[in-house]
Amino acid sequence: MKSRKKTYVEDIDRTIYDISNKERHRFATIKGLNESIIKEISKEKDEPKWMLDLRLNSLEIYNSKPVPTWGPNLSELDLDNIVHYIRPDTDMSHSWEEVPEDIKDTFERLGIPQAERESLAGVGAQYDSEVVYHNTKEELTRQGVVYLDMETAVKEYEDIVKKYFMTLIPPSYHKYAALHGAVWSGGSFVYVPKGVKVDIPIQSYFRLNAKGAGQFEHTLIIVDECAELHFIEGCSAPVYNVQNVHAGAVELFIKKGAKLRYSTIENWSKNMYNLNTKRALVEEEGTIEWVSGSFGSRISMLYPMSILKGRRAKSEFTGVTFAGEGQILDTGAKVLLAAPETSCIINSKSISKSGGVAMYRGLLQATKEASGAKAAVNCESLMLDNDSKSDTLPIMEFKNDNIDIGHEAKIGRIPDESIFYLMSRGMSEEEAKAMIVRGFVEPITKELPLEYAVELNNLIDIELEGTID
Amino acid sequence: MNNDLLLKIDELKVSIGDRNILKGLNLEINEGETHIIMGPNGAGKSTLGNVLMGHPEYKIDSGNIYFNGEDINGLSVDERAKRGLFLSFQYPEEISGVTVENFLRTSKMAVTGENVPILEFQKQLKEKMDLLQIPEEYKERYLNVGFSGGEKKKNEILQMAILDPKLAILDETDSGLDVDAIKVIYEGIKILKEGKKSFLVITHYNKILDYLAPDFVHILVDGKIVETGSADLANRIEELGYENFKK
Repeated sequence: MKSRKKTYVEDIDRTIYDISNKERHRFATIKGLNESIIKEISKEKDEPKWMLDLRLNSLEIYNSKPVPTWGPNLSELDLDNIVHYIRPDTDMSHSWEEVPEDIKDTFERLGIPQAERESLAGVGAQYDSEVVYHNTKEELTRQGVVYLDMETAVKEYEDIVKKYFMTLIPPSYHKYAALHGAVWSGGSFVYVPKGVKVDIPIQSYFRLNAKGAGQFEHTLIIVDECAELHFIEGCSAPVYNVQNVHAGAVELFIKKGAKLRYSTIENWSKNMYNLNTKRALVEEEGTIEWVSGSFGSRISMLYPMSILKGRRAKSEFTGVTFAGEGQILDTGAKVLLAAPETSCIINSKSISKSGGVAMYRGLLQATKEASGAKAAVNCESLMLDNDSKSDTLPIMEFKNDNIDIGHEAKIGRIPDESIFYLMSRGMSEEEAKAMIVRGFVEPITKELPLEYAVELNNLIDIELEGTID
Repeated sequence: MNNDLLLKIDELKVSIGDRNILKGLNLEINEGETHIIMGPNGAGKSTLGNVLMGHPEYKIDSGNIYFNGEDINGLSVDERAKRGLFLSFQYPEEISGVTVENFLRTSKMAVTGENVPILEFQKQLKEKMDLLQIPEEYKERYLNVGFSGGEKKKNEILQMAILDPKLAILDETDSGLDVDAIKVIYEGIKILKEGKKSFLVITHYNKILDYLAPDFVHILVDGKIVETGSADLANRIEELGYENFKK
């Protein structure tokens, strides 16, 4: 096998991304968010008044809530210059030449087309995904499925959006949910009518096509009774944003007997604070399946929550998290068992290397209504060296005794003998470790469509390179 | 025999931690030859296999190993595999999430440095699996995970068959197996032992003589080869035990 070039995917030097002096001067007087900026955003998007009110209310909550201190340290997160990137008339462009070599190299090796690379790096023209989108769209329209970017949905399906938007993740949920409510932009809206089983996965294309999208995008999916959908969001290329916070929101409504599989692979540039919020509300005999791959970022706090509201509602969470040098990935899953015979399965795998911290933080709650509920939690961590850290913090709170719980946690390292074994079959140490790690996450990759599984494996290879000398 | 010298071990001294294990071992193997190493527990048999493959835990204190004329002391494990060395492990590792087929194809490409087209590979794999009487569904199973002792050993020989090394070191491939499994494995090896492939077979007992006609039998005691002979020597061991070879 050809020996590959070793690449360190290093943290980004923020200074080279700062907007030109001219612009910094232009906004020098504005610190933080204020009402007039929010009004400007809303006006630019030509939103109905209720949405403006929601934004303003969110802003108030955002300003009143303290930075949470129960998890990773967020004190270095500077949101003062956030205004640059959400203000409608801000010129965001910088040049392709300024994008760091490591990011370009990663695009190259993931096989991302140039136009898309530029868009992912936040430079140049937006990636034109219209063709792909239209083909999907035609098929979906035939089945009565509504699939729109969030801004358009607010106008064209105002009643539905108004009924659901930020009801599952209210601005009061936490500080960054409030921030999201105030400045959200872009994202996807999907409505699947009763009984419609969408047979092809819908992949989101909108995240890159609006200012602030990919940072504060809102995803709202409603799968009506007995309908089925597989929605895929994200991509494996490192999403680079100048402003280093991502506070998206994903609200999923799964009606009686419906089923939604929500898959994401996220790979944030390593300066990013990823403070994403995801929640699903599942009604009687409905099913939510989360498939989640978290890569990149400086700090991630991500705990998709399933609220199992109806009898026999089900949740299945399959997640993999990879923390490298200088990264803290604090991820997990939350489930609220709130009805009889509800059930959940959580399978979490984490990998840490070069001093990275991968933490599983889980919350499993059951109300007194949850008689006969079942829960199985399985966390496995693989530490690739002695500097890295993995831990699990599963919290359980039950108000009902009649619940069947299984919990298993394993933390380990790659045995030297396994590496020797694979090397004796011709693989380099690097290839041997990569094969073992790929095998470790195989339960997740096998849940993904083929092209995403390939991307996930490529990502692992890239993350592992440069760690072995 | 006119074949070329493949492996030459010259006054090899090896230690692990502060324990000396091999204490001046000499051995030469020509192309196409089969050598058997016998010896009591703790004599250094498995150490020899591991050292030849380049296990990082063993330290070569002095002496040299030449493979095809090249001094391989400084070569990494994978480089040795690429040059045609193969070790069948006494206790093969379990690798979860990696199928036998994926593993074997990746190994084949790693060893040869060439792409191996999938259809061609599958054909080859099926052939070798049939030969070793391994059910087809095993190629979809995770490498050695949940395999019985016999299945693991068969899988080692399958790997040898696919990778086609110049020198295969079989470390106690027959230990812990029932008679039927030994028969399948050794008959498989017999068929695979074609052309110039050489074998270094580390074993406890001489059941192997029923299947493989060794060119040489060596007795390894306390880190040194104390006697070398023909197949007869293995039979004498059976009668006399190792005690008589100790000094």
